[in-house]
Amino acid sequence: MTAAPTTMRLLKDIDEPGLATREVYERLGGYAAMRKAVTEMGPDEVLAQISESDVRGRGGAGFAMGKKAGFIPKGDMDKYLVCNADESEPGAFKDRVLIQRNPHRLIEGCIIAARAIGANKSFIYIRGEYELQGDILEAAVAEAYEAGYLGRDILDQGFDLDLVVHRGAGAYICGEETGLLDSLEGKRGNPRLKPPFPANAGLYQGPTLINNVETLCNVPLVIGMGVEAYREVGSEKSKGTKVVSVSGNVQRPGNYEVPLGTKIRDIVYGLAGGPLEGREIKCFFPGGSSAPVLTGDEGLDLAYDFETMAQAGSMLGSGSIIVVDDAQPLVPLALRLAQFYRHESCGKCTPCREGTNWTVKMLERVDSGEATPMDLELLQQVQTNIEGNCLCVLGDSMAMPIGSMLVKFRAEFEQHAESARMRNDAAVVEQPSPELAASPQAGPA
Amino acid sequence: MVADGNGSIRSERPLVADRLVGLDHQIASAKPSVAGGWDLPADLDKDPAVIPQLADVRVPPELKADIEYRMSLYPDPRSAVIPALRAAQRHHGYLSTLAMLQVAAVMKVTPAYLSSIASFYDMLNEEPRGRHYVYVCTSVSCHLSNAKAVFDAIVEAAEEADLGDTDIREFECLGACDMQPMASVDGRYVGPLDPSDAPEIVAAVREGRKPLPGRGLEDSDHMPPGAGDPPPQEEAPG
Repeated sequence: MTAAPTTMRLLKDIDEPGLATREVYERLGGYAAMRKAVTEMGPDEVLAQISESDVRGRGGAGFAMGKKAGFIPKGDMDKYLVCNADESEPGAFKDRVLIQRNPHRLIEGCIIAARAIGANKSFIYIRGEYELQGDILEAAVAEAYEAGYLGRDILDQGFDLDLVVHRGAGAYICGEETGLLDSLEGKRGNPRLKPPFPANAGLYQGPTLINNVETLCNVPLVIGMGVEAYREVGSEKSKGTKVVSVSGNVQRPGNYEVPLGTKIRDIVYGLAGGPLEGREIKCFFPGGSSAPVLTGDEGLDLAYDFETMAQAGSMLGSGSIIVVDDAQPLVPLALRLAQFYRHESCGKCTPCREGTNWTVKMLERVDSGEATPMDLELLQQVQTNIEGNCLCVLGDSMAMPIGSMLVKFRAEFEQHAESARMRNDAAVVEQPSPELAASPQAGPA
Repeated sequence: MVADGNGSIRSERPLVADRLVGLDHQIASAKPSVAGGWDLPADLDKDPAVIPQLADVRVPPELKADIEYRMSLYPDPRSAVIPALRAAQRHHGYLSTLAMLQVAAVMKVTPAYLSSIASFYDMLNEEPRGRHYVYVCTSVSCHLSNAKAVFDAIVEAAEEADLGDTDIREFECLGACDMQPMASVDGRYVGPLDPSDAPEIVAAVREGRKPLPGRGLEDSDHMPPGAGDPPPQEEAPG
């Protein structure tokens, strides 16, 4: 592997004061790639460059953006570009920083991507909780309209594009692409049956390209620096850099941009400072709370890219590393995780709706000491039965991490249940029985 | 084959009723959490749900203009349902029956449709929950840094101070794990929090000022943990 020229691309100049304004962004070379793409290149050329660069979706699935954009039919019709800024995955906060600090890069990416697929209408679906970021983005969009980068006849090239910032109202499921489309159409955010895929029948049944914020922020880089330069950084199959959100039990939680393929140990210990003094890493989620956990021993020395994570039985997902240290009991963590997915399940598919609910109930039993050894078997079985049996992957997103915890830390779950049970037994023995007899109404203390 | 008892009668129903029967009564009555009579057979003689007419519902002009502007942004005006409901919620404090009627009249949908949307999304409240909100993130990363204690402290402080008109609740990941544990106070992200910060947050909500100056996400002097440390060594890839 050659030495990386620079690892700071998306987060370069991120601390520059006033970067959210068009003036500062353009002073630092912003919108040059957009000018190039709109005035010097044809749509096919832009699309070809995106394909050649191997930009992969940074939202979770890691699907090649060029391939996805290539599925959009050619010809004159209503096509849509949708940016998924509904970042709600526990542990993920990269999009928040990209929007808050550098909204114009995202707008520039939207213009170039819309140019590539021939879309004239684009939407940024930002989660409702991001009030500040939504305001910043709206102000930036207004600036872009004022400068003539959005609207009718952009840069006198006969290319029209409207960009609307659409705010959600608090639903994790709207981060799923078809759920997002339904929500954007003014419905409940229930995922749709696929196929047809959004590339054929998406928003308002028109061809739609949906990409994550970070993916679209990479697009101006590809066009601006050229495919060759873009591909210099990264591992064999995963090109470019990745903004990694590190959180949990580390000394310096935050966003760090690294070339794909960087060793996880270098990210967690080198950049984020490692676990707190005197603690060891028990396990970590390599790709947000939906990714199966890896233990410290098996995962820390792996390269952080899409392929290696998949081979290790986990996934890179949104690129959020949540570190769990050895002082954290796993059962309450698994319970909190399951509660999140129970709350956010939209209820459309039975395995997810019921599976998340029963997982919470069973984990509550494990936590309170009412579980039998059979419960852990059942818990595992429920996870297996959710995976792959729903329209979207929300259920899988709970089943995979909980299933992996059960396999890798089975002893801890058993011990937790057993010690809770013994605590309950002890409480019953200590119960002063005469008092109980005197006031039968009183429950156990 | 099961006969569809509703079929024939439903098809005879007018699409839009001539008059809105009992509209005034609907506005006045408080909305129960579960519609009464849900377990009774449907009253097929009753008028079907109708789209309220603008002539029958008084909509505040600024709210009407806001909703109509949002509808104009989309190829299908119905896309503006969530922004419109959020605007109505800001106006009324929560999505009361009247608020729903107003949005329905402007957007030309039934209030029931709006209710189906409002019940789906966490930030839309069909019950009065307070004009202010404190969402305390207790999701995975914040859970790992003891967010539950922060939440309990805020609830306790709010009770002690008798803070009303505020929706305090545990929330799912708010996307600011770098300032864990954190909370969103009327959209202002503050963190990292400690249970001892609870009285200040409650006092700030009561006084209508920004809580924890210097510790919000948008504050220019906000320093997430570790940001002041010397930049870590660039690892040589190999």
